[in-house]
Amino acid sequence: MGGKVLLANVDIPGIRGFDTYRAHGGYIAVEKALREMTATEVSLEVHKSGLRGRGGAGFPTGLKWSFLDRKSDKPRYLVCNADESEPGTFKDRYLMHHLPHLLLEGLIISSYALGVETCYIYIRGEFKYLVGVLEKAIKEAYQHGFLGERILGTGFSLKIYVHPGAGAYICGEETALLESLEGKRGNPRIKPPFPAFKGLYGCPTVVNNVETLAAVGPIINMGGEAYAKIGRGRSTGTKLISACGHINNPGVYEIEMGLPVEDFIYAPRYCGGIANDKLLKAVIPGGSSVPILPADLILNTAQGEQRLMTFESLAEGDFESGTMLGSGGFIVLDEDACIVRNTLNLTRFYRHESCGQCSPCREGTGWMEKVLHRIEHGEGKMSDIDLLVRVAKNIEGNTICPLGDAAAWPVASAIRHFRREFVYHVKFPEVVKNIDHGAIQSDTELLIPDSGTGIKYW
Amino acid sequence: MEHNNIINHPQFVKEGKQVSFKPETLKKVQDLMKRYPEGRQKSALLPVLHIAQEELGGYLSVDVMDYVASLLGLQPIEVYEVATFYSMFYLDKMGKYVIEVCQTGPCALSGGEQILAHLQEMLEIMPGETTSDGIFTLKTVECLGSCGTAPVLQVNTDFHEKLTPGKVDKLLEDLREYAKHDKSDDSTWVEKFC
Ligand SMILES: Cc1cc2nc3c(=O)[nH]c(=O)nc-3n(C[C@H](O)[C@H](O)[C@H](O)COP(=O)(O)O)c2cc1C
Ligand code: SF4
Ligand code: FES
Repeated sequence: MGGKVLLANVDIPGIRGFDTYRAHGGYIAVEKALREMTATEVSLEVHKSGLRGRGGAGFPTGLKWSFLDRKSDKPRYLVCNADESEPGTFKDRYLMHHLPHLLLEGLIISSYALGVETCYIYIRGEFKYLVGVLEKAIKEAYQHGFLGERILGTGFSLKIYVHPGAGAYICGEETALLESLEGKRGNPRIKPPFPAFKGLYGCPTVVNNVETLAAVGPIINMGGEAYAKIGRGRSTGTKLISACGHINNPGVYEIEMGLPVEDFIYAPRYCGGIANDKLLKAVIPGGSSVPILPADLILNTAQGEQRLMTFESLAEGDFESGTMLGSGGFIVLDEDACIVRNTLNLTRFYRHESCGQCSPCREGTGWMEKVLHRIEHGEGKMSDIDLLVRVAKNIEGNTICPLGDAAAWPVASAIRHFRREFVYHVKFPEVVKNIDHGAIQSDTELLIPDSGTGIKYW
Repeated sequence: MEHNNIINHPQFVKEGKQVSFKPETLKKVQDLMKRYPEGRQKSALLPVLHIAQEELGGYLSVDVMDYVASLLGLQPIEVYEVATFYSMFYLDKMGKYVIEVCQTGPCALSGGEQILAHLQEMLEIMPGETTSDGIFTLKTVECLGSCGTAPVLQVNTDFHEKLTPGKVDKLLEDLREYAKHDKSDDSTWVEKFC
């Protein structure tokens, strides 16, 4: 089993179906919670487990649940965030693909704890095939009496619906997600009010990530305290890491929190080292939004301590020399990767995905892309590098939702740690032009429409 | 987002064509609307637009959007503003197979750009264009949540992963063959919802 909690049974043939899942201990947690525990006791176990949100922010789940407005006489909702669009992240897809019933168990127990009678799974539309997988699992759960009216003969009733998005990264942000679920454009809302008070349809709502909710069943099975013993310090339990980029074994791995980053990158059972016997250059460990770190700083902190896969250790050194665990989208770059090019690509992504509500984000992402494009194509000026730093600084913290920060951090950290590469691009434009960086592919992307300010970027 | 300027959009003309779902589909759409509380039927908009796009011509013409608006009891503008926001909704006529190539960071690190270049060469079109026989439309998209099997593309939301130029050639060959037999998607949105 190797310390696996979520994926312990993932290799069992047929585990996706109800019967096999049930034969291997499935839905025992639901029975235990609904028959033997009160809603408050369930919440308490989750609290004790120290579980923190797996969607990116790492907010304690028990605490989030405790904020839910229980005085309101409106219905309450639980919304499962299955939008998974953060570049480098593909763990929720893996989980839903292999273990849809594990997610359903988590949804049932969590809804019971929160007093929710209707739950929506908001899944990105590109995962159309998974809509079928989840719907089938839900149907099975109804057939076996784990969903619907008076589940297991208790007074608790629950309906779960799958709701597909339609292609918009911003809809992963919880308030944009709620807007989208209401059938609108995915524009993030100004907080407060927080969803715990005014969420879906203005009702008290909890939004949690797929992996967070999937952990609730195992927590009820083993008990919160036992779960809290796994992991390290305030990073309890296990975490799914989706590893990609220049490594030998890309894929989804369940690790115990606290595993040294070095082991994760080089151990044969995980990433298995850098592909083609190249050297490690940099890692973006938590999805594309978190700061990039060069090899020396991802393996060891600036103080020379071994870096561990925990929320705290990865953040050690703050923005000077640290990064974040984020969503666990672990992107590895080898010695030949061009940092400028990679930064340009990600900035293009954020510009494309900005919902356009706040000017620092809307204009800033386009501006950074333009400047990065210039540098990458051997047309940059030395002053452009500090210009980028300034623009990034002006976006950070000045926007309605964290997408602004998510766009600023990759640029700021790339320049902080790889300034030489930017300088090189400016100093040797002929060399940069001649290296096969590959042409900018999507020429349509260059035809950015006038953003309404009279500034045309290209 | 997709900053499509709908007013200036060449396709944004009402042709006044009568469109409607088949009775079975209409039944499914009505079931979907019941998933949301009374008075919140607007919530069904994204799923219904997916179905409409798939079953009523492969893109969201104004007539289709107006029809969806009438089904859900919405003002047409409520549908237009949503249709223009999300990248999976198409406002133009598309090829039979829409090839959507991921161009985001992790895929780019693993050869995604070469795959796109290869497709451009083989199909002799640029992203955003449709082949003259109407079989293929090429598009670039952002991270498809499949970075561990990069480079990746989707054909009408079916995943094709760990691509090489050779695999792309085979895929195009297969699709051309399917097109002859008018074989479309493996499964439809309507079938997904139980
Ligand atoms: C731009 C943006 C995109 C996000 N995308 C996702 C996502 O795809 N999936 C997810 O679970 N959380 C995403 N989040 C985080 C959510 O807003 C929210 O914090 C999370 O779903 C809460 O669940 P958790 O507490 O279980 O982590 C995103 C946040 C931002 C700002
Ligand atoms: S920060 Fe960007 S994505 Fe977020 S609300 Fe503002 S404009 Fe929209
Ligand atoms: S970057 Fe292409 S699937 Fe994630």
